[in-house]
Amino acid sequence: MKDEVQTPAERTANLKGMGTSRKRVEDVRFTQGRGNYVDDIKMDGMLYGDFVRSPYAHARVVSVNKEAALAIPGVVAVLTAEDLEPLGLHWMPTLAGDKQMVLADGKVLFQGQEVAYVVADDRYVAADAAELVEVEYEELPVVVDPFEALKTDVVLREDLAGQTEGAHGPRKHHNHIFTWEAGEKDATEAVIAGADVVAEEMVYYHRTHPCPLETCGCVASMDKVTGKLTLYGTFQAPHAIRTVVSLISGIAEHNIRVISPDIGGGFGNKVGAYPGYVCSVVASIVTGKPVKWIEDRMENLMSTAFARDYWMQGKIAATSEGKITGLWCHTTADHGGFDACADPTKFPAGFMNICTGSYDIPTAYLAVDGVYTNKAPGGVAYRCSFRVTEAAYFIERMIEVLAIKLNMDAAELRRINFIRKDQFPYQSALGWEYDSGDYHTAWDKAMNAVGYDDLRAEQAQQLEDFNAGKTRKLMGIGLTHFTEIVGAGPVKNCDILGLGMFDSCEIRIHPTGSALARLGTISQGQGHATTFAQIIASEIGIPADDITLEEGDTDTAPYGLGTYGSRSTPVAGAATAMAGRKIRAKAQMIAAYLLEVHDDDVEFDIDRFVVKGAPERFKTMKEIAFAAYNQAIPGIEPGLEAVSYYDPPNMTYPFGAYVCVLDIDVDTGEAEVRQFYALDDCGTRINPMIIEGQVHGGLTEALAIAMGQEIAYDEMGNVKTGTLMDFFWPTAWETPNYQTDHTTTPSPHHPIGAKGVGESPNVGGVPCFSNAVHDAFKSFGLTQTHMPHDHWRIWKTANGLGLHG
Amino acid sequence: MIPAGFEYHRPADVASAISILKQHGDEARVVAGGHSLIPMMKLRMADLAHLVDLQDIGEMKGIQVGADTAVLGAMVTQHEMITHEGLAAAIPLIREAALQIADPQVRYVGTVGGNVANGDPGNDMPGLMQCLDAQFELAGADGSRTVAARDFYEAAYFTARDDEEILTRIHIPVPSAGTGYAYEKQKRKIGDYATAASAVLITMDGGTCASASIAMTNLADTPIWAEAAAAALVGTSLDEAARAAAVAAAIDVIDPVSDNRGPVDFKKHVAGVILRRAIDRAASRAS
Repeated sequence: MKDEVQTPAERTANLKGMGTSRKRVEDVRFTQGRGNYVDDIKMDGMLYGDFVRSPYAHARVVSVNKEAALAIPGVVAVLTAEDLEPLGLHWMPTLAGDKQMVLADGKVLFQGQEVAYVVADDRYVAADAAELVEVEYEELPVVVDPFEALKTDVVLREDLAGQTEGAHGPRKHHNHIFTWEAGEKDATEAVIAGADVVAEEMVYYHRTHPCPLETCGCVASMDKVTGKLTLYGTFQAPHAIRTVVSLISGIAEHNIRVISPDIGGGFGNKVGAYPGYVCSVVASIVTGKPVKWIEDRMENLMSTAFARDYWMQGKIAATSEGKITGLWCHTTADHGGFDACADPTKFPAGFMNICTGSYDIPTAYLAVDGVYTNKAPGGVAYRCSFRVTEAAYFIERMIEVLAIKLNMDAAELRRINFIRKDQFPYQSALGWEYDSGDYHTAWDKAMNAVGYDDLRAEQAQQLEDFNAGKTRKLMGIGLTHFTEIVGAGPVKNCDILGLGMFDSCEIRIHPTGSALARLGTISQGQGHATTFAQIIASEIGIPADDITLEEGDTDTAPYGLGTYGSRSTPVAGAATAMAGRKIRAKAQMIAAYLLEVHDDDVEFDIDRFVVKGAPERFKTMKEIAFAAYNQAIPGIEPGLEAVSYYDPPNMTYPFGAYVCVLDIDVDTGEAEVRQFYALDDCGTRINPMIIEGQVHGGLTEALAIAMGQEIAYDEMGNVKTGTLMDFFWPTAWETPNYQTDHTTTPSPHHPIGAKGVGESPNVGGVPCFSNAVHDAFKSFGLTQTHMPHDHWRIWKTANGLGLHG
Repeated sequence: MIPAGFEYHRPADVASAISILKQHGDEARVVAGGHSLIPMMKLRMADLAHLVDLQDIGEMKGIQVGADTAVLGAMVTQHEMITHEGLAAAIPLIREAALQIADPQVRYVGTVGGNVANGDPGNDMPGLMQCLDAQFELAGADGSRTVAARDFYEAAYFTARDDEEILTRIHIPVPSAGTGYAYEKQKRKIGDYATAASAVLITMDGGTCASASIAMTNLADTPIWAEAAAAALVGTSLDEAARAAAVAAAIDVIDPVSDNRGPVDFKKHVAGVILRRAIDRAASRAS
């Protein structure tokens, strides 16, 4: 056999297991245009839905006249809230314990809100008919400022009138949603009152949008003969969607099949449930035909889930030597018209309480007030775990502001406050147990890699030249050390709508030694089919190329909570390893039987079990698989399959050290990134090439957010950035070169030590770009300005500092 | 983003296209590259019953470069302008400007005729053509006429072209040898309209500026040919005072509006910076 002449290194390489930069198996179809996205689905007799949307941010809906629309040939139905009410579907529950109108029920609360749903036998006819639905509105006063919302008499949510108790405790005002607190208020305020130095700042993380390349959509198909509903859609959590559809529609869960086909990016935008899904399901049930709904780019930006919009008032206290003694934060969270955040139920402000960051801060307090405004609902985790980018941005700005106050180098300030390696597992003041970390090593590696001291010297020279009139450019050095909290999460404290946030993997080894694995997650570009096969390859010893991976079909995949919050590797990746180990345990018994030795006398060796001390006596996994199915083995039932449902004991805490160097043209406000160094520590690295791709993608989205991307409203609640002309999406032209690096600090509680990486670069990237902009102007007295740092805002900063003469 | 229904026409010559326009009046519009019109139709902001596609009209294509004049067919794409060596040698300003329009995919399809005829103040070619003193040839039912680029633009999307006329060709005087040129543009990202852009031509005679032409883009509801700004340079040695005077004169005649790119004071400041850079570059190239 060929095997026998191969070295252990060759046998390991054959597996393409963990640590291998295996090429993405998905890309074969994606690069040839053979992906299968929801809009590629075509079914006989399929109908098309389109929405009539509100042009107003706050208005009463006086009447809806469908007549002209229904008169067009090909129009099947025009649904309004009145039509959905008898089914109890004119409102739907949100993931945050609130409820949301499916179609406008008497009023609208944001521009772009769904008012009527047109169904036609042709996509173009549906659009024509939507234009002919006559809606009479009576405009109401618009509230776009969350601080104003808490003062005004204007009531946004009349349906909640008199309700002083919300899903997350008492409501203080008719536009107030919840107050959420962590840490110790009195102790923190006492520390701040007695501190040597206190820096205080309002840190605003503006409203933006995940804006995936593929917008949201679905095809609902009710088979009236079998009574089964099949729902294809852009779902980051197909099983959760199945359960929610069952709960709100009354259709038994076994009669619902949810399928997430290929998904063109999610970034949190595709976690929640949208009116388009509900209306399509209703339309299919009523007509008995498949109904497709695909939103366009403007609808996606205006109405489906936004991200961020956190006003974070902070105070940070330190000794005069720079040791941080306390952190205080009060956040005003603008949730829009409905609270449709996609957070674990017990965490209405997500994991914002990771805002002590990478630092050993003994005392801290956080309060978050959620507020209704006349903006689109959402508040999803855009390429981050729940509210973790907000937390990272907050602490990394507060550190910079404190460094200014202390007149201390910000790199050194970080270094003296990092949680030390010997403090892990570390209990944070706001309630988390950090699993592992080695921040000093990562930081020193980063500082050495970029030549930090030389950069500061160059910056000083540049500043001197600027002041001497030799240049109009300023150099900024942005630093960030972030700690994420990902992998939600332990069922004891993490659920969404009561659904525990475990995840799952089922593996079937075929008789010839290849395999099929199914997971409860769903890839949206992360490369699961590539990386999870690598975990199995290393755990079981069969080549990754011989493993098919399937996700996204609730009829076949084991139950799981889906992919977002960097949870796939920490949770489903752990389930995969554990399922693999179950198979390996059975394989060990089979091998022992075949080798005629005791179970304990064989050991796993790359792709086989060998007799201890006699490596020439072995059975390969291929041989074991065949025997498992085809040989009668006493005491062992046939087959070689396993399933694992993994409830993680803790979150994982990836971290990283980033440095950005940019040059600012003070006359035009343009900023050019000349260097970006990103060191990520995501624990055990499964596929270094995919990690690098993830880091590049996340940094580019971070660049977008920090430097220009926003959902902006005017005072009338009109969306000013509803197209890609104004909503900044970087192209290759705007994207700088990235220098990636890593350290490896495995998670002690994860079966393979992996922590997750897809969101780290966004969490760390945004503060890093922003800190660089701030740093460029630091010598002129700037302490804090707000993102996005587009040309105008940078120019305004320069202008305000008197740099235009 | 689904357009309303329309009738699609694809005539093979200018006369047929004009007769279709004549037949349908303001119900019909011509389309060249479609980068402005098609999105407007998808947004249902342009509502038209007849779309007249000009891409099969051979007589509206091609680039001819003569000793004194270059003639561009209206259907010449930005990509063709960039890659035409004769045009680049005769009027390098065109290549420099065209390379700053959007991205290669857009430039393969976008045409010079569509860019100048639509009257969109954000387009780059109108200001460029004013700077170059181009003449637009308009074909109508009763024959052709020419209108100077500098007289063509009346307001945003309103031009001297009648509804039943088609802009067929652009005649551009070839600048004399040694003319300095520059097209300078600030934009937020690839594919965006200019925050401010400016086209500059400068000829020198000995150490003195013999002639100059300056146009500003997306800083008013039409392109601005800044005659006084150019005049501030002519007869000078292009010293600091002259350049500053030209910038001041240009800022005086622009009238930008506040939008997502920024407010008026920012745009005026940036316009001055951009123009100054264009003057400096053009001056450095003039001989």
